[in-house]
Amino acid sequence: MTVPADLKYADSHEWARLEADGTVSVGITDHAQDRLGDLVFVEAPKVGQTVAKGKECGVVESVKAASDLYAPVSGEVVAVNQALAGSPEKVNQDAYAAWMYRVRPSDPAELNALLDAAAYEKVVAADQH
Amino acid sequence: MSPTELKRTPLFDAHRRAHARLTDFGGWEMPLHYGSQIEEHHRVRCDAGVFDVSHMLAIDVAGGEARSFLGRLLANDIARLALPGKALYSCMLNEDGGVLDDLIVYWRGEDRFRMVVNAGTAGKDLAWIERQRDRLAAGVALHPRRDLAMLAVQGPRARERVWQCRPALRAQSEALAAFQAREHGLLFVARTGYTGEDGFELMVPAADAEALWNDLLDAGVAPCGLGARDTLRLEAGMNLYGQDMDESTTPFEAGLRWTVALAGTRDFIGRAALAQRAPRWNLLGLLLRERGVLRSHQPVRSARGSGEVTSGTFSPTLGRSIALARLPVAATPGEMVEVQVRDRWLPAQVVNYPFVRRGKSLLPDDVV
Repeated sequence: MTVPADLKYADSHEWARLEADGTVSVGITDHAQDRLGDLVFVEAPKVGQTVAKGKECGVVESVKAASDLYAPVSGEVVAVNQALAGSPEKVNQDAYAAWMYRVRPSDPAELNALLDAAAYEKVVAADQH
Repeated sequence: MSPTELKRTPLFDAHRRAHARLTDFGGWEMPLHYGSQIEEHHRVRCDAGVFDVSHMLAIDVAGGEARSFLGRLLANDIARLALPGKALYSCMLNEDGGVLDDLIVYWRGEDRFRMVVNAGTAGKDLAWIERQRDRLAAGVALHPRRDLAMLAVQGPRARERVWQCRPALRAQSEALAAFQAREHGLLFVARTGYTGEDGFELMVPAADAEALWNDLLDAGVAPCGLGARDTLRLEAGMNLYGQDMDESTTPFEAGLRWTVALAGTRDFIGRAALAQRAPRWNLLGLLLRERGVLRSHQPVRSARGSGEVTSGTFSPTLGRSIALARLPVAATPGEMVEVQVRDRWLPAQVVNYPFVRRGKSLLPDDVV
């Protein structure tokens, strides 16, 4: 299971990446996709929607189960990855390339408060027991 | 139950080598998938896949009274097995008409039969069958065959691939009709399955299982797990015991009326109760009309009354969600119902099943 060092993580298994334009890309981790199995639907929040840190903002459904998406940071959604609508398997193939939505963060400090790779690896290790 | 208590089939090491994701199924540690359940599903619909089904139990039934005993034990009529090698699908009922298990029984010729029962119910089944044997036909011998491994090779190219690995088998099995079996030395080959595709189910001595498994993989057959087995059987409209029916359900309430042979006066266990019990619901297909996935136990509501999804999934062949559901007896294909998917009630259409057969959609033309 890969956990890239340059990303931030929520213990609800989302990753967040600060982009050059100040927006934050959000997806689910490799561990999350592995746990879910083949994804069949990604229901990300819509452009213009405001999401709040720690609150539900979408759903991913796999052959096995439905799972809520929680926002790792608060803000307004500025883009949604349309490629996932027809090809949710991209999340299984490369969870860190398959961003689900981008948010303009309302409080940049929230990003820094997320887990780093080492801390998230501990969450994964605990989840595997 | 901790993993160390789970039972393992003779192919367990082969699964681990193939990087199987393992799961507890009826007390057995079995492959769920080997990477992608959906890819395995498509391989079976388009080419060939192999499933380890050694967790299921073969029970040999032999003796002069074997046929008449099975006539009492099973709701379908063993007299339908008029040719040696022929297979019959049947429910085994309790005295109340509830389904103890669904199974396949093969006639091996003369007074010898072989039943194959589900893994999760095997212990309960064996105890029940022994009790009925003691009561009805003490001379009948029962042999549970845990010494056998079972492989289901399924898909349009499955038979071809089996012959590629075992050329001597072609002459023995090429002429087999659907639902027929033949024995070739210690190998039992049946043209049966649980996917809606052509193929074979093979029974071999446990010690020979791994070589056969490896040869099939070398011949290009994809290893497939229970995940794909479930989506394939659901598309094919086949019931899963414990989900679509159980001891509280009669075959009439589980879409299995066609398997209950009521002609004549044959006195099978459960018959009297079936005559008394009015079906409370009917098992029908559902097609979700919106995005989402139908899953077991989701509530259903309609103008006819309420119901419940018994098996639901995302259908990889159809690219949408399908289900089997317990619906009010008056419910009719074509009608709309609503299913509670998470916190929303979504529209679904009542349809007949199977949904897919031999790789092709069987959905009605008015469905878009």
